[in-house]
Amino acid sequence: MKKETRANLIKQGAIWAFIVVELAFFSIAGEFLSVTETAFMDFDNMLLLLKQSAPIGIIALGMTIIMINGNIDLSVGATFALAAIVLLDSMTWPFMAAIGDWAIPLAWGFALLTGVVLGAINGLIVWKTGVDAFIVTLGSMLGYRGLVFMYNGEQPTSHLNWTLVDFAEAQFLGLHTATWFLLGAALLLWLLMTKTVHGRNAYAIGNNREAAVNAGIRVGPHFLWNFMLIGFLAALSAVVFYSESGSVNPNDGMLYELWAITAVVLGGTKLSGGYGSIISTLGGVIAIQLLRKGLGHIGADTETVNLVIGLILIAVLFLDRQLNRKGREELKT
Amino acid sequence: MAELTKKGVAGFLARQGILVAFVVFMIVFAIANPRFIDIDNIFGVIRSSAILGVMALGVTFVVIGGNLDLSVGSMMSFSTIVVLDLHDKIGPTLGIPVMFAMTMALGAFIGFLVGYLKLNSLIVTLGMLSAIHGLTLTYSGGKNMDIADKEGTWFGIFGQGSIAGVPVPIIMFALLAIVLSIILSRTPFGRKVYAVGGNGIAATFSGIPRARIVFMTYLMSSFCVATAGLIQASRSLGSQNTVGQGMELEVLAAVILGGASLLGGAGTIFKTVIGVLILGFIQNGLLLMGLAFYAQYVVTWIIIILAVWLDIAAKRGRLWSPIA
Amino acid sequence: MTDQTPALRLEGIVKTFPGVRALDGVSFAVMPGEVHALMGENGAGKSTLMKVLGGIHQPNEGQIFIAEEPTVMTSPIEAKSKGVVFIHQELSLADELTVAENIFLGELPRKSFGRVDWKTLYDQTNAILKTLNVGFDARTRVGDLSIANQQMVEIARALTVDPRAVIFDEPTASLTDAEKVVLFEVIADLQSRGVGVIYISHRMEEIFKITDRISVLRDGQYRGTLNTAETNEEEVTQLMIGRTLDLSRSESTHQMGDVALEVRNLSCGDLFEDVSFTVRKGEVVGFYGLVGAGRTEIAETLFGLRDPSSGTIMLDGEEVRINSPADAIKRGISLVPEDRKAQGLILGMNCRDNMTLPQVDDMTAGPFVSDGAEVAIFDQYRDKLDIRTPGWRQLVGNLSGGNQQKIVIGKWLSMHPEVLIVDEPTRGIDVGSKSEIHNLIRELAAQGYAVIVISSEMPEVLHVSDRIVAMFNGRVMREFTAEEVTEDSLIQAISGLETDKVA
Repeated sequence: MKKETRANLIKQGAIWAFIVVELAFFSIAGEFLSVTETAFMDFDNMLLLLKQSAPIGIIALGMTIIMINGNIDLSVGATFALAAIVLLDSMTWPFMAAIGDWAIPLAWGFALLTGVVLGAINGLIVWKTGVDAFIVTLGSMLGYRGLVFMYNGEQPTSHLNWTLVDFAEAQFLGLHTATWFLLGAALLLWLLMTKTVHGRNAYAIGNNREAAVNAGIRVGPHFLWNFMLIGFLAALSAVVFYSESGSVNPNDGMLYELWAITAVVLGGTKLSGGYGSIISTLGGVIAIQLLRKGLGHIGADTETVNLVIGLILIAVLFLDRQLNRKGREELKT
Repeated sequence: MAELTKKGVAGFLARQGILVAFVVFMIVFAIANPRFIDIDNIFGVIRSSAILGVMALGVTFVVIGGNLDLSVGSMMSFSTIVVLDLHDKIGPTLGIPVMFAMTMALGAFIGFLVGYLKLNSLIVTLGMLSAIHGLTLTYSGGKNMDIADKEGTWFGIFGQGSIAGVPVPIIMFALLAIVLSIILSRTPFGRKVYAVGGNGIAATFSGIPRARIVFMTYLMSSFCVATAGLIQASRSLGSQNTVGQGMELEVLAAVILGGASLLGGAGTIFKTVIGVLILGFIQNGLLLMGLAFYAQYVVTWIIIILAVWLDIAAKRGRLWSPIA
Repeated sequence: MTDQTPALRLEGIVKTFPGVRALDGVSFAVMPGEVHALMGENGAGKSTLMKVLGGIHQPNEGQIFIAEEPTVMTSPIEAKSKGVVFIHQELSLADELTVAENIFLGELPRKSFGRVDWKTLYDQTNAILKTLNVGFDARTRVGDLSIANQQMVEIARALTVDPRAVIFDEPTASLTDAEKVVLFEVIADLQSRGVGVIYISHRMEEIFKITDRISVLRDGQYRGTLNTAETNEEEVTQLMIGRTLDLSRSESTHQMGDVALEVRNLSCGDLFEDVSFTVRKGEVVGFYGLVGAGRTEIAETLFGLRDPSSGTIMLDGEEVRINSPADAIKRGISLVPEDRKAQGLILGMNCRDNMTLPQVDDMTAGPFVSDGAEVAIFDQYRDKLDIRTPGWRQLVGNLSGGNQQKIVIGKWLSMHPEVLIVDEPTRGIDVGSKSEIHNLIRELAAQGYAVIVISSEMPEVLHVSDRIVAMFNGRVMREFTAEEVTEDSLIQAISGLETDKVA
């Protein structure tokens, strides 16, 4: 029992240890290789890092819950793009233009609603048809992207609202708006997963779905809620990001699902479901962003980031397997 | 009685649904626009589906073997960039086999990780998607790749040529489909792929070297990817680094549409070809009907869900899922 | 049994599926404070009956009464709310959650905003755990508990309601003797609280130890209820199978040949240690012991699925190293594995392809698989083993357990092995096929095969073996010849009560 607890601790601490290693490595290597004068551990640099983690990070938080359920969502990138388009485009609608700055919360509402609806469509299909979430969201990844293109063709959708930009660029207690959203979402979801019945049921379902069903947990509506939640978070991520940038290309958000999944897996969530933590996912998100920035800092081509992250993901998988091996207890199959 | 008939119809639809859907599609589109079944149009569709199709053939092996391959898109970008680069450096005659060797080395690496080290294929190929993308960018220095002398090379034959009026990409797709179909359905290796995907443990207990079979499926997949890269490079004689980006999921969609089970052990090359053609003809049919190119995505979405839904509905004997 | 109102009563339950009358007028009653055994062969209808009770199936005819109230069950949750609780054979727990969360799965106490009321949860859980007198607490992660303790969690779950009837489905399948004692105490405790207990098991010794009455099903029909104190195993068996099964020892009539397989001092980590034995051509050696005694692991090692840490394996007097199943097959060792569906068959594949799978490389004409050669093999072994299937195209998953097992046996016989290992050859198959398979094993020995039979059923081991190796805790405790073995001495050996007598 003690051994198990320690193993759990190692598992949950691993991602943070990895972050420390990254920090140390890039700081030291930076001394010798840095192309800029500033130190890697520079405070502003770290603040910026958190801000840049936000878009993928907010999505990854939702992906954690979906994956704890034993599902997966490949459509978040497209949801992200569609919510962004709704956000920016809705502000140009005549009645919206007429109400001044009140258009901002309304536009946010439209965008978030879009995310929730798209998520609900996925959730309903998973619930009612019983088709695996991987296939359902693989399909809607294409479908939602189709909607993105149908909305505005291959043209970018742009609208800059300076009030909005000011809000997005604001810093409160040193942290950027996007960072606050990331941390706030993380806190709420952490509470959801550890303190509420819904969160505990999410673990139970991913852990042993049949047992959960037999115990009377309504798995279908539960999935629906979680898909709505990840849809909401994908839209929230878009809202936070595009409030500042003000322009969305129809290809934006492509492969975000894969980045989010990478962060979740780095954070130690089990692919098969039933195990994982919001806080560790946050660690995974930060680790990826650190790597991105760090490689840039030591003068490596930004292209190598993809290479390194891909290999690290595989290495993590390999290590995880080695740690969980049972030696002779295991059949050579 | 009424219920029985309903069941019979549903059962038939589920078993042969994909073929029925294909035929219905063709008829509807043909009626809507006679140009749809024009031979040039049909050739055009198959030709533009060939790259996706060739990749789907390889992924069919991987999926029947019980695994996933999300890396084919970025691997195809890699092949395309490499062969274009080598074309100018060492010439196409040498460049093509070298590109195949390099691509298949990547496939072998994935096969080693999934087959011999038994790592989860979804995550491994997800990681390789990213890693190979990085590799391609590093290789090309982030720049687009173009053949210097586009007029003076025979390299365009794979993408642009035709033999006896049939475009070469179609011939390559068809040949590969026939050969791979025979391998899958008629050889001991093919049987073992089904066995390993159907029940890997039982296959091991029957003396089948599971790791080697899985390894081989990835090697075959990478061979197909290299072929697709060759066609892609030859078609345009120049390429961006991201030419295959996103194709992994479209390829998977075609394979699933064809009825291969993600759990492994089921599927055929023929059905995958049908899946590929459906995707191609939908796109074309919608275009001919005057709809925008991207409408196909939405239609594809609906078709994939319906296809898989009907399939499992027939297996469980009821339309709606029993999930409470 | 002083209270004359049954806790639970079934009246004329009929359940049909297309083409099958799975339950055909089943009636029986469980009194409060009674332990009532439900027995029957596999396929007799026990599990269907339980599904009707649990509301998973609706009966076509008949009625369920709880305390003489007519009741309709629509789901396991509803059954539970009405006081009918199941302790399943396969534990239905979530490993990653705590004991408390598992016990109150689906009904965690709530506070505002959907928060879990942890205090109430832990208090209630600990109160229940206290009555069960277990050595773990509410916050323990279930995955960290032993199987027996996990079962206690299941039982604790039953106690969250005031149960009228608790149904145990093969609860002792993976328990040690000490753990069984604890389980039986809990059952006795339930009994003293006036709960009616339905106890489903194949193990006669348990049935006679703890039950008050025994009801028997056969072919979906109710065959009668016996008072445990007034009956014996033979009578129950006869009711179950409709005739007495001849499980007397079969005499060897043939000559045994040379030693085919010799194992010396074989060890494999913690799984088994210092195991030595021989098998002659024409001999059946039975391996008997409890689950976890290391028998299956020896078979897997011989078949190349595990690497031994020390010791030697000799075939025909020659030392061999077996690194993989392919190696083992090449050297003439075959294994009919323990778990037919998970290890023996590819359920989505047809009968023929399953049967020829190990030799598909040799079934070729040129580079292609030869249909003719394959069908020939299939036909030969279908006739030889009397496999009942509409044709080779039939998916193996659609066959009955007995026919599936014959496909697996045919698969290995067609390889003409020298040493055939069969692990639990008759698990989960009907009586008729059982005796066919027993006869087949004897026949194979007569033909000169060296056969190892691993079984958890003592009658089976006694019936088919020429020699019996008794194992306990990874060690060979004793070897018996068929002449000298008695049930008592065998039980002693596999319980670790007797010291190693092998030279």
